[in-house]
Amino acid sequence: MKSTVWNCALGVGLLVGTSALAVPSAKAENLTLCWAAWDPANALVELSKDFEEASGHTMSFEFVPWPNFADRMLNELNSGGQLCDLMIGDSQWIGGAAESGHYVKLNDFFEQEGISMDDFIPATVTGYAEWPKGTPNYWALPAFGDVVGWTYRKDWFERPQLQAEFREKYGRDLDVPASLAELKDIAEFFQGREIDGTRVYGAAIYTERGSEGITMGVTNILYNYGFDYDNPEKPYELEGFVNSPGAVEGLEFYKQLYDCCTPPGSSDWYMSENIDAYKSGQVALQMNFAFIWPGVEADPNVGGGKSGYFANPPGPGGHYAQLGGQGISVVAYSSKQDAALEYIKWFAQPEIQAKWWEMGGYSALRAVVEDPGFASSQPYAQTFLDSMAIVKDFWAEPAYADLLLAMQARVHNYVVAGNGTAQEALDGLVEDWTEIFEDEGKY
Amino acid sequence: MSISPIERAAATTPPGVARRVKGLSDRALAWIFVAPTILLLLAINIFPLIWTIRLSFTDYRVNRPNREAEFIGLRNYERILTDGDIWISMQATAHFLFWTIFFQVVIGFALAYLINKKFRGNDLWTTIIVLPMMLSPAVVGNFWTFLYQPQIGLFNYVVGFLTGADPSSFSMIGEVALAPWAIVIVDTWMWTPFVMLICLAGLRSIPDSIYEAAECDRASKWRQFWTITIPLVLPFLMLAVLFRGIENFKMFDLVVQLTGGGPGATTELTSINLKREAFEKWRTGYASAYAVILFVTVFGLASIYVKALNKVKER
Repeated sequence: MKSTVWNCALGVGLLVGTSALAVPSAKAENLTLCWAAWDPANALVELSKDFEEASGHTMSFEFVPWPNFADRMLNELNSGGQLCDLMIGDSQWIGGAAESGHYVKLNDFFEQEGISMDDFIPATVTGYAEWPKGTPNYWALPAFGDVVGWTYRKDWFERPQLQAEFREKYGRDLDVPASLAELKDIAEFFQGREIDGTRVYGAAIYTERGSEGITMGVTNILYNYGFDYDNPEKPYELEGFVNSPGAVEGLEFYKQLYDCCTPPGSSDWYMSENIDAYKSGQVALQMNFAFIWPGVEADPNVGGGKSGYFANPPGPGGHYAQLGGQGISVVAYSSKQDAALEYIKWFAQPEIQAKWWEMGGYSALRAVVEDPGFASSQPYAQTFLDSMAIVKDFWAEPAYADLLLAMQARVHNYVVAGNGTAQEALDGLVEDWTEIFEDEGKY
Repeated sequence: MSISPIERAAATTPPGVARRVKGLSDRALAWIFVAPTILLLLAINIFPLIWTIRLSFTDYRVNRPNREAEFIGLRNYERILTDGDIWISMQATAHFLFWTIFFQVVIGFALAYLINKKFRGNDLWTTIIVLPMMLSPAVVGNFWTFLYQPQIGLFNYVVGFLTGADPSSFSMIGEVALAPWAIVIVDTWMWTPFVMLICLAGLRSIPDSIYEAAECDRASKWRQFWTITIPLVLPFLMLAVLFRGIENFKMFDLVVQLTGGGPGATTELTSINLKREAFEKWRTGYASAYAVILFVTVFGLASIYVKALNKVKER
């Protein structure tokens, strides 16, 4: 019944929404939208057909696989290229793109079209749209909410024999972990175990070195052990925050998790490797961005109720999760900015956002996620909401790439290569970041 | 009196053309013909080199078009030469260079020596051996990541089968001790045939009469090998070392596909490190200084080596 009402509302909304855009603009353009090559992008291609029909414009898409996405697209922006009219760029690009003039500032447009940032999840506005952070200067419309969470083999967890064994060993039920320590226990419990004649492992976690993988993984633990990017009272003061005792403990925890409980050979794994390991039944737990959840649900091996989802568990220093996701921006070098803005106006409509969610895209519009039917609309919807409530993001400074690569190198060197100590890794990171901020004139 | 080819060509040049170029000296004519090549070379080689040297003294960043680049003197050079990570990267490159060249020369020469013997199916074996070097390095890198996979990889399985070790107990590209050897193995697999072909050319260039004369002098096979084969093939071997040295100093694609430079920075060769600085961190000035240092190093080493090669050839 609930879903019938939901569908009717959606249909009416779509009708009203598309009729508002039914008046074709003066000149039909071919717009190119640039994004990463992943499942949500395919959903957006489908969704955009409505826009083509309503506006008379045609859409082309340029999707680049994640490991090369930043390289390719930042090259495009830095060279003032006209390939992309619309860019769904990563959240951390916002500072550089705004300061270098790659994106069109959208404040006037939002005001003119009645698009309010108050209508979007606050964390996504801060993360994807604002620069400088915390100021009402908008360079993007939150397009795809995403956050790191966990997927687990619910069907394995429910097996009475495993339940009994786990209870005997750890004195509690084999269930969704209430803390990071419990998560490690579960991963340890499954590591090397034979299930249905196959050897399985504890957890697939992010360890990739080349782009952003291990940073997007380790920060989920660091935040919850007390890591801060800088002194909240004094920006860019790093000493004692990046390398605080809690942060050191958190990094040690991540290494322990990597050493004890991951599949052999998982030394350079990111989103797709984790998905593959999980779907092929190699691991009991998987760390990954929420975007994968619709695909997990639809998978014949692990979907249809065999998997469960939970938000990143709390640690001794707090309860946070790494923000993912992106905003959609108009590229300043595009000669079709009017048509591109038209697309953003269309995309911001509540009925389009509702359809976006239905098709597997994570809408950041509050009207969608705060709808009473949202939490039960998908098995992972509640976890998405819980996770989005605890997000933190990496630096979004113009020098974000330097900051990110320094962290990638330091953390990978300790966690995967096993060189030095956690304290040395984070002290080194403070040195690297200090040098970068000095170059940026922050001191 | 014999007529030289140049005089013959001049005599057959139609009078119209001769008149048109009348007044131009041979030197001027030569310049006219060479000028387009020189201009092209200046535009695509020399100018970028000079521009790179200029940028190396600035803090220019290509991703900050709105920021004025400042002249910072030798600061980039000082930073690079005192940066521990750069030295780690240099060491990784040296390890990779030394061992790949060593194995490729030893195995390549041995294969060439065997293939040089007349036997049935000789051509077929030559073709089979050279197959790896015909593949794309990116494909080879990707393909070997599967072979090195601890759970399903053929390489681990074979090692496990031969040694009795659990195949999933080690990860060639995930362990600090093994990853540098993992890239050496793959490069050796791919490029040994190239060294083999050069050695084969050297071996086939040795006239049989020299060996026949040695036979007449009752020289043993071992003595023939050391006093005839090796000295006459040496210039070819040195050429192979030069080619492979220059190629492997620039090695990028194969290693990026295999290890991405990891674990840690164990296999981050200088070319990978330089690419990160230039096109991921966008430190254009710094990366330019880095490129100049590498250029001077390779150029210097190659010049010394070429001199040595010429001396060997003269002997």
